[in-house]
Amino acid sequence: MKPPKFDYHAPTTVDEAITLLSRYGDDAKLLAGGQSLMPLLNFRLARPAALIDLNRVEGLAGIREVDGQVRFGAMTRQRAIEFSPVVARRLPLLVEATKLVGHLPIRSRGTIGGSIAHADPAAEYPAVLAALDGEVVVRGPRGERVVKPADFFQTYLTTTLGRDEVLTEVRLPAMDGKAGWAFEEFSRRHGDFALVGIAAIVAGDGARCTMARLATAGAGPVPVRLRAAERILESQGLGDAAIEAAAARAAEIVEPDSDLHASAAYRKNLTRVLTERAVRRAVTRLGGR
Amino acid sequence: MSEPVTVRLTVNGVAHEGRCEPRKLLVDFIREDLGLTGTHVGCEHGICGACTVLINGEAARSCLMLAVQANGAEIATVEGLATGGTLHPLQEAFREHHGLQCGFCTPGMLMTALDLLRVNPQPTEAEIREGISAVLCRCTGYHGIVKAVEAAAKVLVPAKRV
Repeated sequence: MKPPKFDYHAPTTVDEAITLLSRYGDDAKLLAGGQSLMPLLNFRLARPAALIDLNRVEGLAGIREVDGQVRFGAMTRQRAIEFSPVVARRLPLLVEATKLVGHLPIRSRGTIGGSIAHADPAAEYPAVLAALDGEVVVRGPRGERVVKPADFFQTYLTTTLGRDEVLTEVRLPAMDGKAGWAFEEFSRRHGDFALVGIAAIVAGDGARCTMARLATAGAGPVPVRLRAAERILESQGLGDAAIEAAAARAAEIVEPDSDLHASAAYRKNLTRVLTERAVRRAVTRLGGR
Repeated sequence: MSEPVTVRLTVNGVAHEGRCEPRKLLVDFIREDLGLTGTHVGCEHGICGACTVLINGEAARSCLMLAVQANGAEIATVEGLATGGTLHPLQEAFREHHGLQCGFCTPGMLMTALDLLRVNPQPTEAEIREGISAVLCRCTGYHGIVKAVEAAAKVLVPAKRV
């Protein structure tokens, strides 16, 4: 199992990468952390004419706080996110989700931009992006555009990223310091992609819920914001009955597929169970950290 | 381009240079071009962890990286653990606690455990189990490996680390 032949390019600027993408048309792949693309190459499921390695591009990795957002260069490693004090303070949900991405040796190489651009429906980062209603910055020959998650993820492994565009940055709004959060997922083995995962953020004082954000991984072709379930919490509060009603609603919203790992019915049930668990755990963290 | 490229890197403190196709995996470069066969190659798609090495101090799969990408990097492999004839405390603990049987996963297990102990010098049993879940072992049932990492943590702290 070895990768097929390809032209290898290691540009040092994003513009150079865009020029290369334009030259190869559909026949080039961008290589970020390689934790998904390298297996596809080794299996020869991907046979691009060219590999454009982003690892030598200057300034494409890094974490900074700007205007209430935390901005991640697309090549920021998951490991850097896991141990970042800024992320721990501003985006504890992202830290919790990061620890569920593969294993530490995978996170040493895997990147936030790669994970989101790859758009595996079971991956954690797209669900966090959806729950926080963040945005991604995309650059191409016609300039830069900022895209919301609903306009980015199209279906399995497919986004609205143009073939000559590079995802350069991921922007997540800093979480309210008093909000509670949890990322719950179920997988057969630790480190595997989840059958279903739920990202939850709630704010309020228990009886009253001022804000609820729920998003899925693995429960459909793209991450799904569970808006109707959020509204149940926001109107009925964070008591047991409201949480159970919101979880039941969550299972009705999602439209998972059956595959060899799990049936659609099982994934729907997991959506209910994990939504309930995630909201309950988020509630225990209400009020500051 | 797909013509051979020159790769210069450091393995266990020794500078190496080689030429290979850009598609050559780092693990194959280490084993075939540099002759360092201590690093094992198992599944070749990032699941088994046998090929785990330290790249600039961080554990990573050498089957999910091209050799050309490691240009300029400092790599640490299992061969670098022992000093002369003296085993590294982690290796000693694996021997003492039956942390290996066939030895296939051991290079990856050792490098993964080394990274784990650097990030978290006093891990709980649960944290050790989570950490080593990055590497598959089919012999020992992990119990001896967990015991070995626990024992090594006691010896390595506060002693110097590699």
